[in-house]
Amino acid sequence: MGLNNWLLALHLLSAFALVGAIVLFWVVVVVVRRTDRPEQVASAARLLPVGSVAVVVGSLGVVVFGVWLAISLDGVKVWDGWVIAAIVLWAIATEAGRRSDTEFAPCVARANELVAAGQTGSDPQLAELARTSRGLVLHTVATVATLLIVVDMIWKPGA
Amino acid sequence: MLAAIRPDGWNLPLFLHVFGAMVLVGGLLVTSASVAVARGDVRLLRIGYLTLLSVCLPGYLVMRVGAEWIYSREQLADATDDPAWVGIGYITADAGALLLLIALVLGGIGLRRQRGGSGAGMLRASLVMSVVLLAAYVVTVWAMGAKPV
Repeated sequence: MGLNNWLLALHLLSAFALVGAIVLFWVVVVVVRRTDRPEQVASAARLLPVGSVAVVVGSLGVVVFGVWLAISLDGVKVWDGWVIAAIVLWAIATEAGRRSDTEFAPCVARANELVAAGQTGSDPQLAELARTSRGLVLHTVATVATLLIVVDMIWKPGA
Repeated sequence: MLAAIRPDGWNLPLFLHVFGAMVLVGGLLVTSASVAVARGDVRLLRIGYLTLLSVCLPGYLVMRVGAEWIYSREQLADATDDPAWVGIGYITADAGALLLLIALVLGGIGLRRQRGGSGAGMLRASLVMSVVLLAAYVVTVWAMGAKPV
């Protein structure tokens, strides 16, 4: 097994970690938007550290091993259109995901604050924070950009 | 760079296969994380089980349909022996289907019983199975990329 096989395997595993994190964040978003009860939000939010690790490992791994592979493979150049498109989409997905995280952070903080205070009933402010449409749109943008990267990687337009 | 340049006719089945696999593994990450961080929190076990049902199962089906489609397109079926990476894919897909089914049934029973105050153990057991599945599919993803032999 050569270096390129290893690079492709690590690139692929990183991509799966990145998509895994996106799926995890979707699950949390769906759960959080369907409730106004602090314990439920706080429970779902306990998944977030796992998603954060996966998104960092996935995002960095996919670009590092991808660029390395593009340099290493004979038939591919880093400046090929489809490679540049993937890097641009990766940057969009990363920034949209980061901003989405910032949008949902106050909701998680509020839920943890209420749970610590022993308040278990529904909370209108929590519900409002959970239903942030800006956070939802940003997470959708990150998801669509990531999906387009997969499409770009498979169809390789212009290659 | 999911693979080298290939005939256009292979792209759609490959996309379906990869997309389904990504959704499946993503769902398994959620279910595994749920059981890992739950520490007795039944709400998280429920989230894990519902993810297994609504994310992992559809992801598995799309992955499996895509796998058969790309397998027939690549005419690997005509070869005398499958390469090792195809064998690993088939073994984990077929054994994984059985384990996924058992986990879904067990978790479903656990979810029903949980309404009466019990069933958390069955939910947990169902999600522990998903950890095994996640480990198997990580190896499979590695094999699909590295293509050993």
